[in-house]
Amino acid sequence: MGEIVTLRSAAAGGEIGLEPHRTGNNTIGDAGSASDPRQPMIVLVVPEMHCGGCMRKVENALLALPGIVSARTNLSARRVAIEARTGDGTAERCMTALANIGFAATLLSRDRAPEEGDRDRDYLKRLGVAGFAAMNVMLLSVAVWSGFARDMPGSLQTLFHWLSALIAVPAIAYAGQPFFASARSALASRRLNMDVPISLGVILTTAMSIHQTIRGSDQVYFDAAISLLFFLLIGRALDARMRSRASSAAENLLGLREVAASVMRSDGTIERVATDTVIPGMRVLIAAGERVPLDARIVRGNGDLDESLLTGESRPRHVTIGDPIYSGTIALTGPIVAEATAVAENTLIAEIARLMQTAEQARGRYVRLADRAAQLYAPVVHLLGFGTFVGWMLSGYGWEPALTSAIAVLIITCPCALALAVPAVQVVATSRLFRSGIVLKAADGLERLAEVDTILFDKTGTLTMGKPQLIDAARIPQSILMRACGLAGQSGHPYAKAIVNAARQQGLAIVALAGVEEVAGAGLRAWHDGQELRLGSAQFCDVIDARASEQALWFRDGENAPVPFPVGDLLRTDAKEVVAKLARWPYRLEILSGDRSGDVAEIAAAVGIACWRADVRPAEKIARIHQLSGEGRKILMVGDGLNDAPALAAGHAALSPSSAADISQQAADAVFQGDRLGAVLEILAVAKAARRRSLENFAIAIGYNVLFVPLAMAGMVTPLIAAIAMSASSIAVTANALRLSHQNLEDQP
Amino acid sequence: MTALAWLVPAALALGGLGLAAFLWSLDNGQYEDLEGAGWRALDDESELTRKSTPQ
Repeated sequence: MGEIVTLRSAAAGGEIGLEPHRTGNNTIGDAGSASDPRQPMIVLVVPEMHCGGCMRKVENALLALPGIVSARTNLSARRVAIEARTGDGTAERCMTALANIGFAATLLSRDRAPEEGDRDRDYLKRLGVAGFAAMNVMLLSVAVWSGFARDMPGSLQTLFHWLSALIAVPAIAYAGQPFFASARSALASRRLNMDVPISLGVILTTAMSIHQTIRGSDQVYFDAAISLLFFLLIGRALDARMRSRASSAAENLLGLREVAASVMRSDGTIERVATDTVIPGMRVLIAAGERVPLDARIVRGNGDLDESLLTGESRPRHVTIGDPIYSGTIALTGPIVAEATAVAENTLIAEIARLMQTAEQARGRYVRLADRAAQLYAPVVHLLGFGTFVGWMLSGYGWEPALTSAIAVLIITCPCALALAVPAVQVVATSRLFRSGIVLKAADGLERLAEVDTILFDKTGTLTMGKPQLIDAARIPQSILMRACGLAGQSGHPYAKAIVNAARQQGLAIVALAGVEEVAGAGLRAWHDGQELRLGSAQFCDVIDARASEQALWFRDGENAPVPFPVGDLLRTDAKEVVAKLARWPYRLEILSGDRSGDVAEIAAAVGIACWRADVRPAEKIARIHQLSGEGRKILMVGDGLNDAPALAAGHAALSPSSAADISQQAADAVFQGDRLGAVLEILAVAKAARRRSLENFAIAIGYNVLFVPLAMAGMVTPLIAAIAMSASSIAVTANALRLSHQNLEDQP
Repeated sequence: MTALAWLVPAALALGGLGLAAFLWSLDNGQYEDLEGAGWRALDDESELTRKSTPQ
């Protein structure tokens, strides 16, 4: 029995991995339809799942729970789909089970249609069909063309044409739909996009080829029509894939909001309720390690809050009675009792999401290079075709040769090379960036990045590493570092982690001490060999020297003098070089930080950026961006925190490190991995080179048209010439794009 | 030329088989988690043994 269940659910789980809303044999087009009630599926977001080991731990922990039929992780999406026999409270139990093995999990918000994932798969299907048809039609066409040289009987030629038609026509009808639909909607709103000449060319070519096949003529262009669709679909499929990844990350973020809160009743009992039922004035209990469910004010207890998601500031903030706390932040120590001050939709995190949406609208108005070209190209092509028809009619040849020549013009001008010009470059640029650990997300992002002339940096996590690190760890004697580690190893506090990391780097073995006690808002303490060890604030470690107490972290071993453990956020190793180079290229540089002005000034001086602003709130960051764009500048925003997200969306282009909050990554055009800021240089260099390649490709495509259009207008184009011209121009364009792959762009601004 | 009578259908059938396999794998969710699939191949503990342990 168990085996059958597993096999079935494993197959279903794989399918559901990305799209939790639907199950079974879904069809394209019913995206977002209501979830299937037969198979209740819980989808949890597990952002900390990184490898096969994590996947197994997560799955095993879930399967060990009673009532769980299957649990299938999806590492790419950082999600796990769970099928359970029991109903209420299962999600809660699963989240607790995962928390126990060290994986924070949140329930995936269910109120969004998985539109992008569907489109991604839809394009792949059409691409597969078009690819199959193109290969087979080409096989038959090549046979026919070589038959011209070696007397192929006419009947066989006609048979091959019919076979081609049989394969190509259904494939074109299916694979061409995205183009036809887009062309139709463009025409309906009286616009022209690149899909209009594509659709017109493909439909007319197919129609004429069918007509010629029936007549038994050799003017048959099925191969041209279907391979055009195949090439174009490659570009579209890659584009859809990038978008689908971005929207999946966005969905994961919606799950970050705490879905349940522990509400403290007036009689002191505690009850877990859904966050959206909490009203201002209710008291919620936040345990150590928990996310704050909604904006609140502390009424009892104190502790340290990790607000990095909101402010980008890695240093934990100590909060005590009366302080406001915001949803999305994590209580590092606790417990804290707080009184809700806002309902779920009015929290700071929701406010930031709203700011972002309005900011994004401006970017939606950007017209892509290919579309701008289409607006010029399409009318010219249509006029040429019409002119050819009129010309032949006026010369008295009758409507049939006139129509054939006009269609030949449309086939020749069918923007194969033109429509490939930008996608080909984009694909090469994307894979080049991917090799250097940069994920390009928005398809038009590369074009916008190339136009940038001003760069605004966030400080924490962008110019700096964003994680506290032990400064000059080598200066601290190893024996002391090891004892401190014994305490720090037990805590999830960022400072404690910094100490453990430093010890690991020195190759020290970490021996955890027993009975470590965490004192909220102060530090850690334990008894070892009759001595009390303390690690924490200056006050906690009884530091007497008031001047020295500037250091945030101290360690005291029994009666020995306390030792300072300087922790700070270090600059990215290459930040200074990169900034100097960017300034030379030349870009105008500026720092916009939500951090304190002293810290910002220090970093600005260290990297050599003269212009900086501190204490900037998210709305003020947008205001600054609007002010600069008002001066006609194109702005690149580089940032990581949730507080940067609206600014990232408002800039002309945006970049985020991969350590950034999901919502910031979503707003960014590209996300770079690793500790080096040099990625920013690489992205800008590639973007500019890609723009140059795209323009060159346009020139190639237009040059080819200038050569062949007169031939077509004169009625001298045969299917072989059309196929050669089309593939030659496509190959030329692709080859030119490929040059980008290994070109040295070091010093090219 | 009679060879064409079976060579062309054979070529089309083989191509069609490839296409069918691709469409099946797409609908089956084989490309949903490319990152995780690589790890699963290395996982010694098969799902069957995991699930068949008594609950």
